[in-house]
Formats: sequence, C-alpha cells, structure tokens
Amino acid sequence: MEVTPPLAVSIEHMGFRYPDNTDVSFADLNLQIIKGTRFGLFGPNGAGKTTLMNLMTGVLSVNEGSIKLLGQEAGTQNKEVNKLFGFVPQDFSFYKELSPAENLEFFGAWAGLNKAEIIKRTDELLHILGLEDVRNKPVEKFSGGMKRRVNLAIGVIHNPQVLFLDEPTVGVDVQTRQAIISYLHTLNDNGTTLIYTSHQLSEAEDLCEQIAMIDEGKIITQGHIDDLLKEHKHDSLEELFINLTGKAYRN
Amino acid sequence: MFKLWISIKKDIRILLRDKVGISLMFVMPIILVVVVTGIQNSTFQLVNKNKLSIIICNTDTGKASKQLIEAIDKIGMFKVSQIAKENAKAVSDNMHTTDALLGVVIPSNFSAEVNTKAKNASDKAMTAFSGQADSGAAIVKRQPVSIDQLTLFYNPVLQESLRFSIQGAIQSALQLVQTRQTLRTLYYSSNEKELPKSLEDEMLNSNTTINMLPTSKDGTRITPNASQHNVPAWTIFAMFFVIMSLGGSVVREKVSGSFIRLKTLPTNYLVGLLSKQITYLVVTLLQAAVIFSMGIWLFPYLGLPALNLPSDLFALFVVTLVCGWCAVSYSICVGVFANTQEQANGFGAISIVILACIGGLMVPSFAMQGLAKTMANFSPMHWCLQAYYSLFLEGAKLKDVLNNIGSLFIITVIIQFVTYLGLKRKNLI
Repeated sequence: MEVTPPLAVSIEHMGFRYPDNTDVSFADLNLQIIKGTRFGLFGPNGAGKTTLMNLMTGVLSVNEGSIKLLGQEAGTQNKEVNKLFGFVPQDFSFYKELSPAENLEFFGAWAGLNKAEIIKRTDELLHILGLEDVRNKPVEKFSGGMKRRVNLAIGVIHNPQVLFLDEPTVGVDVQTRQAIISYLHTLNDNGTTLIYTSHQLSEAEDLCEQIAMIDEGKIITQGHIDDLLKEHKHDSLEELFINLTGKAYRN
Repeated sequence: MFKLWISIKKDIRILLRDKVGISLMFVMPIILVVVVTGIQNSTFQLVNKNKLSIIICNTDTGKASKQLIEAIDKIGMFKVSQIAKENAKAVSDNMHTTDALLGVVIPSNFSAEVNTKAKNASDKAMTAFSGQADSGAAIVKRQPVSIDQLTLFYNPVLQESLRFSIQGAIQSALQLVQTRQTLRTLYYSSNEKELPKSLEDEMLNSNTTINMLPTSKDGTRITPNASQHNVPAWTIFAMFFVIMSLGGSVVREKVSGSFIRLKTLPTNYLVGLLSKQITYLVVTLLQAAVIFSMGIWLFPYLGLPALNLPSDLFALFVVTLVCGWCAVSYSICVGVFANTQEQANGFGAISIVILACIGGLMVPSFAMQGLAKTMANFSPMHWCLQAYYSLFLEGAKLKDVLNNIGSLFIITVIIQFVTYLGLKRKNLI
C-alpha cells in the first residue's frame, strides 16, 4: 500500500475570479505540494503566479473548492493557519520609515512572538543576512539588495513551517542573490517547505526540486525538474519553459 | 496587549519621523488660531473700543442742527468731523478719502422744521391742558410737519447688526433734540420765560441707565473676548486636521506591500486600527493642550486677550477627549474608503471645512436658519463647539454639557460602525 506523504499545500477543485473579471482566473485547479520540499511555481507574465500565491496565503479568498495549508483551511478569517507560514511578497512589505530592527519587532509581535523571542530572532536574522551594521537605520535609505534582505527577514522571523516567496531575488546583485539562495537552502534543510516563484529559471534550477508551470490560470505541467526535462527532452528549464508557453509577448 | 503596545510604538515612530505631517497637525492650526483670533480681536476692538469715524455735513444754520451734532458726539461711539455745507454732495467721496465709515447730511430746513414740530406739539398740549381738547374749534389747525430726511451714508463693510446699532444711536440723538425743543416751547408757552437749564437737564437726562452684565452658569462675570470665542473653535478644527496625516497613513498602509503581509499574519487588522486610534487620540489631546497653553501664556505677548480656562477642567478634558476620538474615527473612516492618498487628503480637507461651516465654526449656528440649522446637528464639530462655548463662555459644568457629549459620542459610534462596514466590504478584516 502506497503511503501518502504529508502535504504542505493541498489545492482541490479551486475556482477564483476577480470581481471585475479583468485579470487571470482559475477553474477547477488541483495542486499538491509535499511538506519539506522546495517547490517552484513558474509561468509567463500574467499567468497567475502571484494570484495563486495570494490565494494560498489567504490574501485573496477562493470562490470554489478549497486550499489547505498543513491540513488546515487557508483564508483571511483563519488566523491559526497564519502562524504556520511566512510570506515574502514581491513588493517590499515593510515600513520604510522604520529600521530593520523596528520592522522585525513589529512584524514579530504580529506573528505571535513574545518580546524575548523577537530580540533573539532579530539578532539572529540581522547577523545571517548581513544587516547588523544598519539595524537602526531607516530602511528607506537602503539599496535594493538590502531591502530584499529585510523583506526576507520579516517573512521568516517566526520560523514558519511553510515559506512563500514571490520573486525574492528580483533586482538584486549576484552576491545578494547567492546569499539569499544559500539561506533558503539552510531553511529547507531545517524542515521549512519553500514555495517559490521567479523569472530567474537558472536560479530556480539551483533551488527547486519540484516545479509547476502555469499559464492562463491552468497548470500546464508539474513534477520533479529532472523528470520533466527528461520527459520533454530538454537540457534546461528555460528551454522547457519556452517550449510549453511559446515565444509570444505576454502582458 | 503586547501586540497593541508594539503597534502603538510603531505608529509613534512613524509619526515622529513624518515632519510634514507633524507640522500640518501642530504648526498650521497654531498659525490659524493666532491669525483668526488676531483678526477677530481687531474687529472686537473696532466695535468695542475704537470710535467709528463719522463725517457730518450740516447744511442747516439753526441751533437744532448744532445740538444734534453735539448729541451725536456725546454718544461716545463716534469720532465726529465736519465738512462745509457746500460739500454735501461729496460726502461719500470724503468718506473714501478719509477712511470714515459713516457720513451724515443734515438737511437745510432741519432746525426750522424741528421748531415747527415743537410748536405744533406745544400748542396741542396747551389746548389739552386747558380742557378744550374735545372742542373741535379750539384745536389749532396746522399743516403736518415734514422734515427732510437725515441721510446716513455707511461703508458696506459694516455688518448689519452694527448698522442697526448706529441707526439706533443717531435716532436717539435726534429724539433728544426734538424733545428738548418741544419742552422749551411748551414751557415758554405756559410761563412766558425760558426753561431753566437745571430743570431741562433733569427732565432730559434722568433716564434709567442700563447695566450690562454677561451671564454665566458659575456666576463669574468674565466678559468673553476674541480668544474665548476663537481658541476653542479653532482647536476643534485643528483636531480634525489630523485627517491630513492619519487618513493618508491608513491609505498608505493599505496600498503599500506592508498591508499584504499584515493580512497573512495571525493578528486582526483591528489591532492596527486601535493602535492608530490611541496614538492619534493622544495627538489630538496634545494639540488641544498646546493651543490652550498658547492662548493662556503666549497671546498676551502678542497683544491678544489671554484665554481663561473653564472652572470645570475635568469637563474640558472629557469634551476634548470625545472630540479627539471623533476626529480620529472620522480620519480612519476616510482612510478606509479612499483608494489613494490624494483622495484621502483632498476629500479630508474639503470635508472638514464643510463640517466646520455647518457646525458653526465659521458662522455661529444661532444665526443659522431652517435647513442649515438642522444640518448643524449632523456635524460633530457643532456639538463639540456647543460644549466648549458652554464651558468657556457660560461657566458650565460637566452635567450641563452631557447632552453635547452624548450627541458627539453617538456620531462617533456611527462613524466607527461605518468604518467597520467599509473594512468588511473591502475584505480588510
């Protein structure tokens, strides 16, 4: 008898439409992400990656079907499930007037940490992400790469079991990208499930084990990267991506 | 409580680093209070202390017109200057060149006709005294007296109420001249000698004087001044000015990435809104404290009357607290419904000016009529202003302003409920 591995995310017959019907929508979408894996979600611009990410994190609510995170129903009203995951949105999601330490204090408290835990995790994260020297300076004066690291630190302050990352390395230099990817590997080694989107497909090949490609609100392929490359007879994820989604411009 | 305290710390930090927001909430209202109080104090002094300059052109040569000019001068509210009778048609031009607010032209037949009217009245009185009033033959038939109108020119800047006061004062001077002449004529007809000066003075000047006193609920007799009127009114306006910072702050948080992260955290956004309410409520209390302190200690150095605080300071605190809470609630409500910072700032600024207008900050609500008076009840500023006026001007106690506080509280609760509905509708909580 086959044993079903524990799931980090389970999406069943999910349907979603924006109220004004101007953006991508999903119908009867099914997706399962195994706990502890490094999962990549890819697709051209406007494919629905960010929308799907927002649905999984409860920023948006589904119209039909269900999304479960670690077995619990996801959604804005379910605050218990929100303790289990972290989210690093594509846009900088912090208060630019505050310093990294002040941002971590605020978001740590909102994530449910107590004062001692916040102090401990703030020191750890600022050290790991190279922000110790600027811990008390306002974030608005930081470079793009430093802001990306602050964005990431806030997302992981409460040691989430599942971490959603929406293009976490966009606009950063090679050094920062490598530091971030290295830290994500460390998190995964410690048991955190990573669910990641990016347009950097070479980076994705380094980071992800499992991937899904979506386009126009539909999953067009999913599986282990090596298996997919073998199945479609391609040498790289980029070739596979172009083959499946075409060369036409997307908006 | 820990989450709330950390949220308050975050809001205070952001507020303290927003120099423009702080200046909008503190410096601008302070400037507003000083400027408006200064201007209104000048108006008060113009009416109460300064004499109104009046140009009189006397085209008459008789005694009555001279007595009239003396009587106008004795009223005490006018600074009289005369111009030659040849310039009667140029009185209004003279007013412009000399900055006089009033001009009077006394007609050329004034004294003659005052005498005729006095003679008529005297004859009728003598006939009546002799018991021949019922005899038609005995009544001396005279032509009805018609004195040319006394013309009063006025500068249009004078308010209607002040014009009526001036008209009344000149009318009483006119009455005095006519009464004196009638008395003299009557006395002469009866005694064939002049009316003694002492008797004339006794008959004309023994009027009962009017002792004017301001009323107050605490029995004090402090005369209200421009500071007592303006400082409370513009403090309310300043408190509602937090919308420029708070409304924008709510929108900024809503449209920025930070709000998306807040939605994914296990804390209800209502904690964030409660934090903002507490933080900005303290700001409104500080605004009131700063403006009242200025009124008490700084105004005298600026030549303005000092602000006298009400005797019931606890009532003042309660009214300020509820008003501040209402201002903060309104700002958050606007922030929740606005989609951009421009919308929040634009609508916020215009709406508080409208609320101030219908609330009686710019035109006293007792002077409003019909629909405007009804609409005043819907402005939270109206209820707060009424409470402040009761405390500052009438010496009221807390129990006297509970009605105003209650109304303000109800409006605030309604605003909070509308905000809650807005948050629900926009899926923000």
